Amino acid sequence: MLSVLVFLPLVAAAALLVPWVDDRLARVAFVAVTSLEVALAGLAWARYETPADGTLALSQQARWIPGVGSSYHVGVDGLSLPLVVMTTLVFLACAIFALREQRRARLQAALFLFLESVSLGLFVSADLILFFVFFDLSIVAMYFSISGWGHGQAARSALKFFLYTFLGSLALLLGFVGLYVASDPHTFDMVELSTNPPLQGQGFAGGLVLAALLLGLAVKTPTFPFHTWLPPAHSDAPAIGSAVLAGVLLKMGTYGFVRIAMPMLPDAWRAWAPVVIVIGIVSVLWGALVAYAQTDLKRMIAYTSVNHMGYVVVAVGAAGVLADGADEARRVAVTGAVTQMVSHGLLTAALFLLAGSMFERTGSYALDEYGGLAGTAPRYATLFTVAAFGSLGLPALSGFIAEFQIFAGSIATVPVTAVAVLGILITAALFLRALQQMFTGPTAGLSVGFADVTPREWTPVALLLATSVLIGVLPRPLLDLIEPAAATLADLVGR
Amino acid sequence: MGADLLALLPEALLFLGGMVTLVGGSFTPRTRQWRLRITAAVATAASLVATVVAFSGDDRSVLSGTFTVDTSTSAARVVVLVSLLVILLLAAGELRDHPRESETCSLLLFGAAGALLLAGGTDLVVLVVAFLLSSIPLYGLVGIIARPDSAEAALKTYLLGALFGILLMVGAVLLYGLAGETGFAALGAELVAAPTVAVSAGGLLVLTGLLFKAGGVPAHFWVPDATQGASVTAAAFLTTIPKIGALVAITRLVAVLPGELRWATVLGVLAVASMTVGNLAALAQTDVRRLLGWSTVSQVGYLLAAAAVTLLSDLGQPALLFFLGGYALTNLAAFAVAAAEPQRRSLGQWAGLGSTRPGLTAALVVALLGLVGTPPTAVFVGKLTTMGATWDAGLAWLAVALAVNTVVSLFYYLRWIRAALRAPRATDEVVGAGNTSASLAASSAATLTVLAGLAAGPLWLLLS
Repeated sequence: MLSVLVFLPLVAAAALLVPWVDDRLARVAFVAVTSLEVALAGLAWARYETPADGTLALSQQARWIPGVGSSYHVGVDGLSLPLVVMTTLVFLACAIFALREQRRARLQAALFLFLESVSLGLFVSADLILFFVFFDLSIVAMYFSISGWGHGQAARSALKFFLYTFLGSLALLLGFVGLYVASDPHTFDMVELSTNPPLQGQGFAGGLVLAALLLGLAVKTPTFPFHTWLPPAHSDAPAIGSAVLAGVLLKMGTYGFVRIAMPMLPDAWRAWAPVVIVIGIVSVLWGALVAYAQTDLKRMIAYTSVNHMGYVVVAVGAAGVLADGADEARRVAVTGAVTQMVSHGLLTAALFLLAGSMFERTGSYALDEYGGLAGTAPRYATLFTVAAFGSLGLPALSGFIAEFQIFAGSIATVPVTAVAVLGILITAALFLRALQQMFTGPTAGLSVGFADVTPREWTPVALLLATSVLIGVLPRPLLDLIEPAAATLADLVGR
Repeated sequence: MGADLLALLPEALLFLGGMVTLVGGSFTPRTRQWRLRITAAVATAASLVATVVAFSGDDRSVLSGTFTVDTSTSAARVVVLVSLLVILLLAAGELRDHPRESETCSLLLFGAAGALLLAGGTDLVVLVVAFLLSSIPLYGLVGIIARPDSAEAALKTYLLGALFGILLMVGAVLLYGLAGETGFAALGAELVAAPTVAVSAGGLLVLTGLLFKAGGVPAHFWVPDATQGASVTAAAFLTTIPKIGALVAITRLVAVLPGELRWATVLGVLAVASMTVGNLAALAQTDVRRLLGWSTVSQVGYLLAAAAVTLLSDLGQPALLFFLGGYALTNLAAFAVAAAEPQRRSLGQWAGLGSTRPGLTAALVVALLGLVGTPPTAVFVGKLTTMGATWDAGLAWLAVALAVNTVVSLFYYLRWIRAALRAPRATDEVVGAGNTSASLAASSAATLTVLAGLAAGPLWLLLS
């Protein structure tokens, strides 16, 4: 089941590499395969039953490199399944958005299907080496997406992205090797490593391994001070590249925290929790403040990603601080963190697709060159406003559910995290200012003659936003999925 | 005795093939010399078949203990012979109807036979002979296809080879003097009682001599010049085949010397030196062959890291052998791409490859990302297991050095990829046609690296 979900896009990508497939067919196939993936992910959710502690649902295991204790092992639980579903939705949205792609559409479809395959593979991996394989391949695929279909200084930004995240991946690999060497018997299996965490009670060694993991994941997330690759990568990437980068790839970092770092090194995690919280708070505030200072729409959204990922980091940090009677709060914090990953994936992907529509029309992201867009492009203005309000955490959208839980859990455990609430205030201010600048007032500058969005453009955005609203209004199904896994994780960290 | 000689059948077939190619070349018209290239390939294939048939888990010591047929020897044979086939394929374009076609082929075979002897030799005298047998064809290969820089490259290779050959012999004599034995089995027992300083000196001298063959620091100076100056056939050969023999020989040597941890540390330091020097020097290169030359110096560093811990960790031996195979194929894929586009030398000339030859570009991307160690290629598995083995052996610093160096290497490998993917500018000079057999070699080697990475499990079981 999961293997089909993961490898179907890969097979489709290979088929699209055949040169005599024409571009039109490739674009349609892209939409068809990603739709099928959404259906498969839905089916996986329907068949999902909360697994017992120390196991995964729908798991499959096959020998791969038994000599070094690595196997092909996949499975899902409440931490990964929401991200799997979110990933398939984001890719479907991108496929619809790319229906008008003119530049090498066949290769682009193949590349993104490959990227979907590795993204899904990463979220279902239950083996560190398998995880790493997908982690690295996602970097390679995104590099080609930016350098091949980007604009501006695409080659330069792509290289910066590659170097930064590859550096992070090697730190991560070192950490994995450390976990492997410390485990007895030696294994790369995530389930076993979580059940019998190595390096318990060995503060120094555990701290070093965790430091390597944190470095690798912090670059990918990205948190302050490793976030500098993100804005150039986003501003020069194609619209769907940005959407996948922000929506899916950034989650790989935060997912690594909850899947690997926390359950496998609980001792070290608790010891380092204050550092993680501080990094999170700085990311929240720094991301928000720098986003406020941007005049370029895409860079602004990119920096809000740093801010939003900061909330996740704060929450997972707070989950590592044991206090009397705070167990429930720690669970809430973890639930909030996972919800935030899903929510941010949907909303930011929508924002980047909208930014892409703007660039297709005018070739500019400069906020001050627009004005009164609501008059010329009402549908565009509506969608953008909904996405922006979702991103700043307005109730009835998924962002609110996520951030509310993050703060409820974190502040109850570590009161000082209340400082991070300021981040919401600044984000609200910057989004409102951007909305005001672009959409209100007299129609001026590049807004003149700005054609409203076509169905090809609004369908994918509406799909993502509708999902976000659905989560905001009816959060129960999603929370029922996440909460047991979050509780298990909080207990694992508390060991 | 007969059975003993049969154990050396792969080497013998290779040597015989070399003789036939050499002699036959004198009787064949220039335009039909391709037949001898085919003969060389047939001899290599026959040798490969003989190896695979004899591949078994049993260790055998033959010819009075001077040669050992074990997993390492067999694995080295397979890697060398498969590499040789790839080299013969990628050489086709360059050698076709060349006045030195048959001679080059025979030198390739002799050199490979020497490397195999180096890998299996377990006697100081055999080691010295193997060193010479694999070095002398090398000098010839570097110079035989005359190009502007090849004379200088050949001279440099020869002089350094002679120097390090003498160091190797002095070391061998010293060890013989201390132990009164030349066979490794007896050597190990005798050296325990010998003075440590003298044993260390002898061991270091032999090791330095072998590092010349491996192209590692401090005996690496000839590698970049030779890869840049020699024909691409010779460059592909000299950066691949001698290294395989030398690294296996190094593991056999340190297994004999007393003081496991001490020698592991020495090799570890040399490994870090090689990877760092190779990577830093490669950063500044613009000629792709010279860049690849320096890249091989750094790759030898990674391989030495695996060689360092063959005694200290169960993972060490299979990690080294797997890494050797992965490295050889990946490196050859990169050289095959260079051979497929003989007119493109500096990085700038590679612009436009992506749009004109997408298949070759894909092979280049796989090869270069493979050399970085991107999963799921074979070098990734090699690097990963090497990191695991070094850490497992208590040399975690070596694993860290390996990771840091990998990041550095990324800069220059990506420069080449970037250059190849760039659209050509109007000012770029027009580049001549490429050649197809080298493209075939490139894509088959690149495909093999990915397959080997995916099939790492079963291969690993064969090696451990």
